[in-house]
Amino acid sequence: MLIFGAAVIINRNPVASALSLVVSFLALAALFISLDAYFIGIIQVLVYAGAIMVLFLFIIMLLDLRAEKLRKINWIASAGGLVVALALIIQIFAVIGRFGAANKPFPPLARHVLSGAEGSTSDDVHRIGLSLFTNYNLPFQIIGIVILVATIGVVMLSRRETR
Amino acid sequence: MVTLGDYLLVSGVLFTIGFAGVMVRRNIIIILMALELMLNAANLSLVAFSRFHVDPTGAPNYNAQVFVFFIITVAAAEVAVGLAIVVALFRLRQTTHVEDISSLKF
Repeated sequence: MLIFGAAVIINRNPVASALSLVVSFLALAALFISLDAYFIGIIQVLVYAGAIMVLFLFIIMLLDLRAEKLRKINWIASAGGLVVALALIIQIFAVIGRFGAANKPFPPLARHVLSGAEGSTSDDVHRIGLSLFTNYNLPFQIIGIVILVATIGVVMLSRRETR
Repeated sequence: MVTLGDYLLVSGVLFTIGFAGVMVRRNIIIILMALELMLNAANLSLVAFSRFHVDPTGAPNYNAQVFVFFIITVAAAEVAVGLAIVVALFRLRQTTHVEDISSLKF
């Protein structure tokens, strides 16, 4: 997953970047499922690998981005960016190294929680939905408004000017 | 045995890859992709903590997973708006290179 994640930013060709991003997202969905978050894993595949990547590939094809390869790299800016990223990763490693809970294994889940297991009473989609529509009802509605506004904004932005 | 720290390290490395992409690459579409990588890194560490924090009934903490759901939704909206802006900009300037778009630069 990390290899393909790195390939996203190393590739000069935007189409190759987008396809690496798909593989990276699929591997990330596998990691989510390995953490027993089945709903999030499925959503990841549907929304990212499905919808968002189609959008990216469509825009890349639409704009016909081929001039990228002709440009030469601004080495000073690239080196500066890499130095900042290196500092960030060193800090992240230091913080996780000092974090006490980081080297404990995951506690086991109860049997009735695991989807499809013997004696399972409900699956995690059911419980996430319950939490979404009770505790998080207002944020859920706000998210609906956000999507509506985004849709209207996209239509307005990509409309051709007709004077 | 896979520990919480392993997932956090993967998440941190993924976030750094995305950050380096935003800093180094000069193509707006690649920058948007790198932003997606950073959002996903945050999602991964949220889900790892959700699995780590098991409550007395034996269920993982679903609040984090609801939060990840919200993040994915907002990310989808953000990408749609971002790509629409890129298309509008491309129509105006015939470029997606950030150094060609410097009208607002002081």
